Amino acid sequence: MQFENNIPIYIQLVEAMKLQIIAGRLKPGDRIPSVRELALMHKVNPNTMQKALSELEELELIYTERTNGKFVTADETLIAKFKKDYADALAEKFLASMAAIGFNREAAATYIREER
Amino acid sequence: MALLECKHLYKNFGDRQILTDINLAIPEGKIIGLLGKNGTGKSTLIKLINDLLTPSEGEVLVKGLPVGVESKEIIAYLPERTYLDKSMTVNQVIQFFADFYRNFDSEKARKLLADLDLDPTQKLNKMSKGMQEKVQLVLVMSRKADLYILDEPLGGVDPATRDYILDTILTNFNEGASVIISTHLIQDIERILDEVIFIDKGKIICHEECDTLREREGGSIDAIFRRMFKC
Repeated sequence: MQFENNIPIYIQLVEAMKLQIIAGRLKPGDRIPSVRELALMHKVNPNTMQKALSELEELELIYTERTNGKFVTADETLIAKFKKDYADALAEKFLASMAAIGFNREAAATYIREER
Repeated sequence: MALLECKHLYKNFGDRQILTDINLAIPEGKIIGLLGKNGTGKSTLIKLINDLLTPSEGEVLVKGLPVGVESKEIIAYLPERTYLDKSMTVNQVIQFFADFYRNFDSEKARKLLADLDLDPTQKLNKMSKGMQEKVQLVLVMSRKADLYILDEPLGGVDPATRDYILDTILTNFNEGASVIISTHLIQDIERILDEVIFIDKGKIICHEECDTLREREGGSIDAIFRRMFKC
């Protein structure tokens, strides 16, 4: 993946993995590769990868099973909640851009539904 | 115990003060960028750490002991300029390193050279500057050291190779080892750094974790550097 240099890299990694989970590319209960493997995959420093995984663990999107490694949460309600938050953020962003060119929320919705 | 420690380190050449009161502790398992403008003392500091210069005052400790013969086994150093005999072939240089350093892994060097499409039967003086730099880096990274110190490893190489070199650094240093990289090509290396040290006019003006710095200052390390060192 391509990183933005002006946003902390661990945050970008958290977002990327969150996206993989809510998009279902990483399935509930899936085992995730080791820190070192992930670091190689993303071409980042292992310490940065570790920090990102700790953050995901804090969000409860992944958990550690002692000696076995790390896994994606099996809690599908939680994944659904993150998915909704993500969709909300995307929609807000779209609505803000539309507002900037003079569409209020209603007009933006109508545009999506009918005028394309 | 820190892997590397500099305590109240001063260096002057005659009455020219190069380094002033450098205090530094480098732990294990970190990749650290040593960043600063040209002529601010980066290479002098690196030479002091490698026992190639003697401090005017203060001391350098590697694993708690003063620098000396032992520390040269612990540190793998890539100097700014090559010290290899350029009439040698790559194979001969590999043999040279294998004779010289107990912790040199010839197998690994050959593998990395093959990845980089470098011909081990070629003489160094028949290679371009960039190719020679790659050979040097491969030699240094093929040592099982605890601390790698790379002085301007990216200077003469093209951007595509830069990426390869960064990946080589990232994937080939020992677990638990640390890497210090001096460069002014900040943009290229910031994705792999844990910490940065900004050095200006012979003093350390900032030593911090990269992500903390990005969060606080709201920009890339490159942008922060440009802002801090505006001419």
